[in-house]
Amino acid sequence: MYEKLSHFAQTGGLIYFFAIFAVVLAYALWPRNQKRFDEAAQLPLQDREPGDE
Amino acid sequence: MGLMNNHGVLERHSLLLTIGILITVSIGGIIQMAPLFYMENTIEKVEGMRPYTPLELAGRNIYIREGCYVCHSQMVRPLRDEVERYGHYSLAAESMYDHPFQWGSKRTGPDLARVGGKYSDEWHLDHLIDPRALVPESIMPPYAFLAEKSLDYENIAQDLKALRMVGVDYTDEMIENAVIDLEAQVDPDIYFDEQDALVARYTEAAGREGTVQIRDFDRDPDRITEMDALIAYLQMTGTLVDFSTYEAEDLMNRR
Amino acid sequence: MSTTTLRKGGMDTSTVIVATMLGIFAILAVFIAGNATDRLMGIHATVFFAAVAAWLLGIGLWAGKLGDRDPFDQTKYEDTLVKFGIFTSMFWGIAGFLVGIVIALQLTWPNIFYFEQWGFTNFGRLRPLHTSAVIFAFGGNVLLATSFHVVQRTTRARLFGGMLPWFVFWGYQLFIVIAATGYLMGITQSKEYAEPEWYADLWLTVVWVAYLLVFLGTLWKRKEPHIYVANWFYLSFIVTIAMLHIVNNLSLPVSLGSSKSYQLFAGVQDALTQWWYGHNAVGFFLTTGFLAIMYYFIPKRVERPVYSYRLSIVHFWSLIFIYIWAGPHHLHYTALPQWAQTLGMTFSIMLWMPSWGGMINGVMTLSGAWDKLRTDPVVRMMIVSLAFYGMSTFEGPLMSVRAVNSLSHYTEWGIGHVHSGALGWVGFISFGALYCLTQWLWKRKSLYSVALVEWHFWLATIGIVFYMVSMWFAGITEGLMWRAYNEFGFLEYSFVETVEAKHISYIIRMAGGLLYFSGAAIMVYNLVRTAIGHERINQPASAPSVSSPPAAASLQPAE
Repeated sequence: MYEKLSHFAQTGGLIYFFAIFAVVLAYALWPRNQKRFDEAAQLPLQDREPGDE
Repeated sequence: MGLMNNHGVLERHSLLLTIGILITVSIGGIIQMAPLFYMENTIEKVEGMRPYTPLELAGRNIYIREGCYVCHSQMVRPLRDEVERYGHYSLAAESMYDHPFQWGSKRTGPDLARVGGKYSDEWHLDHLIDPRALVPESIMPPYAFLAEKSLDYENIAQDLKALRMVGVDYTDEMIENAVIDLEAQVDPDIYFDEQDALVARYTEAAGREGTVQIRDFDRDPDRITEMDALIAYLQMTGTLVDFSTYEAEDLMNRR
Repeated sequence: MSTTTLRKGGMDTSTVIVATMLGIFAILAVFIAGNATDRLMGIHATVFFAAVAAWLLGIGLWAGKLGDRDPFDQTKYEDTLVKFGIFTSMFWGIAGFLVGIVIALQLTWPNIFYFEQWGFTNFGRLRPLHTSAVIFAFGGNVLLATSFHVVQRTTRARLFGGMLPWFVFWGYQLFIVIAATGYLMGITQSKEYAEPEWYADLWLTVVWVAYLLVFLGTLWKRKEPHIYVANWFYLSFIVTIAMLHIVNNLSLPVSLGSSKSYQLFAGVQDALTQWWYGHNAVGFFLTTGFLAIMYYFIPKRVERPVYSYRLSIVHFWSLIFIYIWAGPHHLHYTALPQWAQTLGMTFSIMLWMPSWGGMINGVMTLSGAWDKLRTDPVVRMMIVSLAFYGMSTFEGPLMSVRAVNSLSHYTEWGIGHVHSGALGWVGFISFGALYCLTQWLWKRKSLYSVALVEWHFWLATIGIVFYMVSMWFAGITEGLMWRAYNEFGFLEYSFVETVEAKHISYIIRMAGGLLYFSGAAIMVYNLVRTAIGHERINQPASAPSVSSPPAAASLQPAE
C-alpha cells in the first residue's frame, strides 16, 4: 500500500498538476471570457457607494 | 434589476470558488502525506526505543517550554561532517514517541539529537546556569532559575495518560507509578525497590538493558528541581537505539 | 442619504448573536479557571474572562448610546472598522519590530541583554513572540483591514454580518494577547509559527470561521457581477489557513484545566505536517494574502487596471496549486523518506514560475505611468516590495535544491531569506497599503508629509540591505566552517568558533533592524498626523498624484 501510495504521489501529482493547469489556461484564454475579464479588471478603479444604483 | 435575478447564480459562484480552492489545496497535502501514515514503511526497525520515563518527559516539557528548539536542532543529517561532529545520523524511529517532534530548523547552537552522555551532569549544570562561564564565546541565555525552581510533577500521570491516548506505548503500570518513578530516578539513596521497578518497566519496553539513568542530576539532593528533569532529558537524548544491531543497508531500512 | 432606515429599536440580531457567543465563552472561561490544574491556565482563563467581560460591557455601552442611529447602515461602507485595523497594524508592527531588535541584541551582546532572574526574557521565549507579532499580529491585522476594505469596494456592498466583523476584529486581537502572554509565561506547543496552545487555537478557529462567514457573506450580497481577483486571493488565504491551522494543531489537552497538550502526530509524521503548515503559512498568509493587496492597491494607486487579468487567473490557480506541495523542502536530508523530499523540491522549483508571473503582472501595471515611481514614494514602495518578492521567490527555489540546502539549512542564510521576504515584500506592500488607506479613508488630499515617506523608504531599504547581506555572509560562512576539514582530515572548527565568526554580521544585522524600525516609526508619526488632518505646507512641488486621489474625489456620493 505504501509503495502504491508513494508512487502515485510522485507520478499522479504531476499529471494532476498538468491537467489542472490546462483547464485554467483554457479558461483564462477562452475568447468569450475576454469581456468579463476586462470588466472585472476595472472594479478597483471605480468609486461608488453601496447605496448607488 | 437584471442583476438581482441572477443573484442565486452569483452566490453559487463564490461557493464554487471556495470549493475549488479547498479541493486544489487539500489534494496536494493528502497525496503527499498519506503514505507516511503507513508507519511500518516510514519507521526503521530498531532496538532500544522506549517511551520517556516521567522524569525525562518532564525535562522534555521544560525543553519545549523554554523554546530550546528555536536554536538547537535534533536531527543529524547523513552528511560526513555532521556524522563526525554529532554522531550517527538520526533515524525516523528515534522520534517515534515525540509528540511533537523537536527536529528544529536552525542551529544557532549545536545539534542536540545525541548530546546524551557527551558531557557530565556537572558540565550541563554549570553551563545551563552560566553558559559563558564555561564557553566564553557562547551566546546562549542563562538558565540559572531552573536550578532554583522545584519541579511540578504531581500531575505527571495525566501527561502519560494523554500521551498513551495519542499512541505512546505507556502501560497501566507506568501510568500508575508515574510519580514514584519520577522520584526514584532522581534519588539514588532512598528508593531502592522503586528504582528496580522503574528500570524493569522501561527496560522491558526498550527491549535492552541500560537505557535508564538514575542519579541526582543537579547536585541538589534535597529536592527535585526543573534542572534535574532537564539534565535527565538531555543526558538520554539519542542514547536509546542500539546501533550495533542496526543495519542501515538492510532493504527494510532504506527509503 | 436615506432617512427611512429601518430600526427595530434595541440591539440588532447580529449584536445579540455576538453578545450571546461572548457570554458562552465567558462562562467557559470561568469553568476552566475554576478547574485549572496549573497556575498558568488559571491566569489565562482569568485574562480571557476579563477581556470578554470588558468587551460585553463595551457592547452594552455602545448600544445604549445608539439612539435612533442605524450602526450598520447598508448604504454605507464599514470604514470605521478598517480605520481601527490601520491603528492595530501600526501598533503590532512597532511592537513586533522592537522585539526583533531586542533578540538581535541578545545574540550580539549576550552579556548585556540577558537577565539571569528574568527567564521570560530569554531568546527562546522572545523569538516566538517576535515571529508571531510580526507575522500574525502585524501581518494579520494588515490583512484583516485591507481585506475588509477591498471586499467592500470591489463588491459595492457593506460588510456582511453587522456586528460579526467587529467580533472577528476584536476576537483576533484577543487571540494575539493570549498567544503573546502565553509565550512569555512559557506556554507553547513548540511548533514553529503555530506555538499557541490548544485553547488559543480553538478560539482562533471560532474567530476564523466568523471571518470566512463575513467574507463570503459580503461576496454573496455583492452588487457587482464579477468577483475581483484580489478577493480570490483573500478567499484562498482565509480558507487554506483554516485548513492548515486545524490539521497542524490537532492535539490532545492533558485535561480541560491544563494549558499543556500533546500533538496527535509524532516524529516524522508530525514533522511533515508541521512543515506542510509552516511553508504554506508563508504561501497563504504571507503570499496570497499580500498578493491580494498588490492586485487592489497598485492598480488603485496608479489609476490603471492590472496589466493582465488573464495572467492573474493563471497566476492564482498555479500558485495555490503548487505551493501546497512544497513543504518537504524544509526537511531535506532528514529522516523523512527521500521521495517526499524530492517531490517537495520539484514543486518548489516549479513555484518560481507563478511567483514571477505575479510579480511581472504587478510591476507591469505601471506601464505608461513609470514616472509615478519617481513622484510617488508610496508607489515606489509597493513596486520595490515586488522586487524583493521576486528576489526571495528566486532565492527560495534555489535553497530548496538539496545540494544548496545541505549548506544553507540550519544557518543564518535561512534567516536572511525569510527577512528579505518579510521585510521587503510583506513589510513594504503593507506600508504601501497603510499609506493609501489612511489617506483615502480619512479623505485627505495628501499625506501629512511626502518627504517623510521618502525617509521611511530609504531607511527601510538600507536596513533590508544591511540585514540580507550580513545574513548571507554569516550563513555561508558558518555553513562552510561546519563542513571544513583540516589537512589531517579532521573537522577544522569547533562549533563555538563558528558562532564567534558571526559576531560582526550580528552587529550589522542589528543595525539593519534598527534602520527598518526607525522607518516604521516615522510612518506611524506620519499616518497619525495624516489621520488627525494635519498637512505640511511646504510639500515638494513635484508632489505625487495624491493631490487628486482617486478615492477622495468621488467619496461624496450623497451630493
